[in-house]
Amino acid sequence: MPIFIDRRLNPKDKSLGNRQRFLRRAREELKRSIRDQIRAGRIADVDAEHVVPMPERGTGEPTFNDARDTGRRRHILPGNRQFAQGDLIPKPGQGGGKGGSSPGNTASEDDFRFVLSREEVLDLFFEDLELPDLVKLNLKEILAFKPRRAGFAATGSPTNINVGRTMRNSHGRRIALRRPKQAAVDAIMQDLASLEAAGPNAQTRERVAALKEEIERLERRRRRIAFVDPVDIRFNRFDPRPVPNAKAVMFCLMDVSGSMGEREKDLAKRFFVLLHLFLKRRYERTEIVFIRHTHEAQEVDEETFFYCTQSGGTVVSTALEEMHRVIEQRYPASEWNIYAAQASDGDNFATDSERCIALLNRKLMRLCQYFAYVEIIDERESHIFGATENGTSLWRAYSAIESNWPNFQMSRIATAADIYPVFRQLFAKQPALRKSA
Amino acid sequence: MARTASKPGLLFSGSDWDFQKLSQAYEAIAAIAVEELKLDTYPVQMEIISSQQMLDAYSSVGMPLMYRHWSFGKHFLYQDFLYRKGGRGLAYELVINSNPCIVYLMEENTMALQALVTAHAALGHNHFFKNNHLFQQWTDAGGILSYLEFAKGYIARCEERHGLSAVESILDSAHALMEQGVFRYHRPPKLSSERRREGLRERLEYEERSYNDLWRTLPPSQDTSKSEKKDEGLTERKKSLNLPEENLLYFLEKNSLVLEPWQREIIRIVRVVAQYFYPQRQTQVMNEGCATFVHYTLMNALFDRGQISEGAMLEVLRNHSNVIFQPAFDDPRFSGINPYALGLDMMQDIQRISIEPTAEDRDWFPDIAGRGDWRDVLLDAWANHRDESFVRQHLSPALIRKWRMFVLADQADDSHYEVASIHNERGYQKIRAALAQSYDIGASRPDIQVVDVDLLGNRHLRLQHKVKEGVLLDNGSRDATLRHIRSLWGYEVSLASVDAETGATLNERSSNDC
Repeated sequence: MPIFIDRRLNPKDKSLGNRQRFLRRAREELKRSIRDQIRAGRIADVDAEHVVPMPERGTGEPTFNDARDTGRRRHILPGNRQFAQGDLIPKPGQGGGKGGSSPGNTASEDDFRFVLSREEVLDLFFEDLELPDLVKLNLKEILAFKPRRAGFAATGSPTNINVGRTMRNSHGRRIALRRPKQAAVDAIMQDLASLEAAGPNAQTRERVAALKEEIERLERRRRRIAFVDPVDIRFNRFDPRPVPNAKAVMFCLMDVSGSMGEREKDLAKRFFVLLHLFLKRRYERTEIVFIRHTHEAQEVDEETFFYCTQSGGTVVSTALEEMHRVIEQRYPASEWNIYAAQASDGDNFATDSERCIALLNRKLMRLCQYFAYVEIIDERESHIFGATENGTSLWRAYSAIESNWPNFQMSRIATAADIYPVFRQLFAKQPALRKSA
Repeated sequence: MARTASKPGLLFSGSDWDFQKLSQAYEAIAAIAVEELKLDTYPVQMEIISSQQMLDAYSSVGMPLMYRHWSFGKHFLYQDFLYRKGGRGLAYELVINSNPCIVYLMEENTMALQALVTAHAALGHNHFFKNNHLFQQWTDAGGILSYLEFAKGYIARCEERHGLSAVESILDSAHALMEQGVFRYHRPPKLSSERRREGLRERLEYEERSYNDLWRTLPPSQDTSKSEKKDEGLTERKKSLNLPEENLLYFLEKNSLVLEPWQREIIRIVRVVAQYFYPQRQTQVMNEGCATFVHYTLMNALFDRGQISEGAMLEVLRNHSNVIFQPAFDDPRFSGINPYALGLDMMQDIQRISIEPTAEDRDWFPDIAGRGDWRDVLLDAWANHRDESFVRQHLSPALIRKWRMFVLADQADDSHYEVASIHNERGYQKIRAALAQSYDIGASRPDIQVVDVDLLGNRHLRLQHKVKEGVLLDNGSRDATLRHIRSLWGYEVSLASVDAETGATLNERSSNDC
């Protein structure tokens, strides 16, 4: 009768650990191929599975192998139809497969593509990006506890029994209460057996009775004093430690005025999609506030922000005012890490740029950990503006702020391919940015 | 199809399986196996697994538990890719050489298939594992699972203590040498320390006894004294280190000066695993042939006794013929000789020769032709042969004709192959010898040995590759592997290619250059 075991319900993904080790090893190359794919495709595609080719570097498993183009070999093949001994058969060219185990039949095991899951893609994609200067930690609103080892306890769940401690206690108690050892009992048993084997006579009979009584006494004592008593048992104790909670909010400010054409809006939205994904992936508890503006600004929900169309004039300062209002209302700067990302084509109502500078200088930059400005420019302008500090009115205005505040960064986007590099540049891990305020 | 009312005597009807049916089928098949084929097997443990779990098992070299390493993750991706693409179906079963013998059955199999698989793996492979001398001598079926459990735990602990990458680099290097990590001809010298001391003492005593002062008075030969002295040092070294040594992993584990104890233990684990699989690699044709012959015989016996229905038998035969499909060399599906087909054909051929031999068979196989007791001949072959010797002794001219085998001579720098032998009177012996040779792992894999190491000098480790038939090593993989050896040895390593016939050194590569 064979033993049957149904393994179907066993935990799946037994090789997950191996997969993780493999991905870790091939990390750099996988990252590159995902970034290339995403640069070529749509940004929103980040949020999906990806098929990537097998990385070549770092995943080879070399062994000593025969070189195929040297020496004399013999191939034994079945299915001869017309050959006679001594026939010459021309070798097939590169890639021909007729020669049995000759080249061409050996499709490399490394030449294939495999699927990375959405989580793995995002992890690789956003690796070494972070929100800078995430420092304000709040212990008031504690949501997470992390168990930490803290000594021993006399109560607990059976899984946490500390065997070493328990047995130490048990041993000490047994010594203290003089529990007879098994060896002692065995020794007397042996005496008894040898006496009994010798045959009964008057003088041994008495001795046998005494020994029996002694065994009885020892056994009774052994029964009374348990080997392991409930009082011996010790459990590992775990102390729930609160995990400090970093509260962060990201303001997404987008210009949707008439001057932003379809192309500009599309690029700005793509930038924010990326930002949105990044925050959701890496900072689970980050709040996001969407503000869009024309000549007036309003806070909107995610859906409206990304999908609704609206048009009008351009007054950038309205968005900054709206942001300030929301901060005052809901996000006290003493508790919240505040971030902002703004996208615009750089056009602004005349003299409004001055107002923006004032707003940022006096109020917002003191409150923000980090402020990123992205300007969407025309492809044709990109080579003009590329390196110089010239630019639109807003760009010039913000340049002044950039020089005053180290936590202010600005960058230009001309084509879809720029989005990811700019995003990386804005959110790359950097040596601690200190707020000058 | 109208549901066949389960006829009396049928083991099962319909395609669904359950544990009771599996158990009944096993009992019936095992009874026939003992009765008809006199099989002798380990107890069986059958485990039902899903396709996902089968892929898991594939990627960890077919073992139910294995230590963690990225290369297994890579193999999993590859197997998964093939499976998803539909390029390759999964095996219906997987069998592990352990005691009790573990057989994995896929849950998708129909009952008829489960019966087939039971006959194939639980009896055929199982018998082979238990009785073949290679497995008996080289593997420890009872201990392998607990050893792997130890290995897995040990390597996990090392990862915790020394970091993933430190363990990974040792495993990478050890894996690169897995093929050079087996003892092919002898077991490691296992003298107990007491006996070793005894041996040393005896040797000293012998030297004292045979000491003769006259030898000292001989004048030293002038011209050769220097080279002799050098040679003496070399032989002395070779003797103390047991050189030449074919098992590079063993040598590095015991003699490397830079490895920590835990690193040695990891190398040992890789070495033990490699050694465990070595018999399997030498007995593919025999192992699969034995299992296929057994399932074919047993399923037919079941059918003859009316224990399985015609429908089930048809399904069994369809799968059987898929397994033993052998396309001709010019068929696009051709990918070498199918060990299932060759093994089964050779064993059925032995059956035929024993029962109704032709005159030719009587010439070629005088000791088995017409003996009638094909069971004993087969049991004997299963117990005592590996692929190479089995082919060398039992491939018959009739089978060579049936397969229409021929030999192509392939000289690397020629523009054409030459047909060296075909299935005719002059060719039989040569085809048989060539086929046997191709199954001899010792001959067909690169032969690399440690020949010298100067432990007192610069610790330069010298390896030698015996070049047979002018087949050199592939440069790229050779250099990469040398780098791995260097990292295990810690000092310079060089590999010399020496022609096996002439003894001439063809080239030498040092780890410092690559």
